[in-house]
Amino acid sequence: MNVFFSFIITLILVLIPVVGVGLLGLDPLFGIVIPYVAFLIFFFGLIYRIIDWARSPQPFKIPTTCGQQKSLPWIKHSRLESPFTMKEVYLRMFFEVFLFRSLFRNLRADLVGKRLIYGSAKWLWLGAILFHLSFLVIMLRHLRFFIHPVPSLVDIIAKVDGFFQLGIPPIYHTDLFILAGLFLLLLRRLVDSKVNYLSHASDYFPLFLILGIVISGILMRTIFKVDVQAVKELAYGLATFSPVLPSHKIGVLFYIHLFLVSVLAAYFPFSKLVHMVGVFFSPTRNLPNNNRAERYINPWDYPVKYTTYCEWQERFRDVMEEAGIPIDDEWCKETAEAQKQA
Amino acid sequence: MYNSDKVIVGIIIFILFFAMPFWLNFGKAKALPKPELPSDTKECVESREYMRAFHMKMLLDWRDKKVREGQVYYINSQGKFFKMSLQNTCMKCHKSMEKFCDRCHTTISAHPDCWRCHIAPEEVKKWQ
Repeated sequence: MNVFFSFIITLILVLIPVVGVGLLGLDPLFGIVIPYVAFLIFFFGLIYRIIDWARSPQPFKIPTTCGQQKSLPWIKHSRLESPFTMKEVYLRMFFEVFLFRSLFRNLRADLVGKRLIYGSAKWLWLGAILFHLSFLVIMLRHLRFFIHPVPSLVDIIAKVDGFFQLGIPPIYHTDLFILAGLFLLLLRRLVDSKVNYLSHASDYFPLFLILGIVISGILMRTIFKVDVQAVKELAYGLATFSPVLPSHKIGVLFYIHLFLVSVLAAYFPFSKLVHMVGVFFSPTRNLPNNNRAERYINPWDYPVKYTTYCEWQERFRDVMEEAGIPIDDEWCKETAEAQKQA
Repeated sequence: MYNSDKVIVGIIIFILFFAMPFWLNFGKAKALPKPELPSDTKECVESREYMRAFHMKMLLDWRDKKVREGQVYYINSQGKFFKMSLQNTCMKCHKSMEKFCDRCHTTISAHPDCWRCHIAPEEVKKWQ
């Protein structure tokens, strides 16, 4: 159900530019207004999410560890699995962000007869790393449309990416990798009944949306060509804040691609995709495991109003004297002086 | 805001990365180069719009037909005959690789490998 819902939403999103540009000819809306609006939502939405998270207090130091913590000097401690200093935390975060170390520990649990058996499952990690790194390279490659003259680094990336020169134009390896990664991530949710059980429409939708972007992009490059020079005119105009519609019409396929990207950008700050920012705000990752060495003060803590014994004694002195309870004036004097000195 | 020093650095990196097209172009905005069209002829093999977007498709098609199937002539949508040849048909009117092909190809960083085997008009002149 969730799958079909997301799939149909994606199909509708594909149809919007087909109708809007193909039938109604709203090129300026789909070429200029929607991309700008989507980009603004992406930017300010994400900055809002960052600041919102940064303003939330973190009451406890709760790093998740899976290695020996630092204790006695002759016991070797695990620097990445149980970081003690901020430097080790930075290292841990680096490997988390770029290599998805925690996904590498993904486990599968299966019932064999009556026994529950755990085993290693690297598919999630493989799909994730294929998808994310390819997406990064593809984004960098797209700079050729936005920057003039094209930086040599972008050229080099494209050249390395098409190294084996399969076909004309050469097939980019990242195009294949990102498809493989996306299908792995999608199949994982469809095939594994346990993951399927906890997958919502909001899990499938980004996958379908990005698949739509990738497939429309690949089709545009390999089968249904569009006027790339006109695409550059449009993209360069957007990037230099002097948007112009290109002098020649661009095919509808391009507008499908652009519209889906705009939807992705605008959807980004309000969906699970903010894990791009959230990974940096994970208290289970970004804190050192040094609870015993350094006291962590809860930012929620406020000065608590309390009554000392001496104040209490002062208040009830009459009643206490009447009832014959001993009054300890000397001790109160001593503590007051000790506090003054301190 | 907690850890504001780190968060602000993070926001700056985020903006710098995703606004790359904006600041890399900043202050350098200029018109994109346009290819020099031949002055003596007005009509290409197919319509101008088709050629702009799909010339690579046609050239690939020509290659297959000529090299693999041994056909010599291409009949366009108007029924005109053209000899399928990059060097002899296309470059007869478009007399320069640098002023025609490369203008767009460099702009969008498309580097087809036509000229690894074919000889550009500039190259021909050099050897005459």
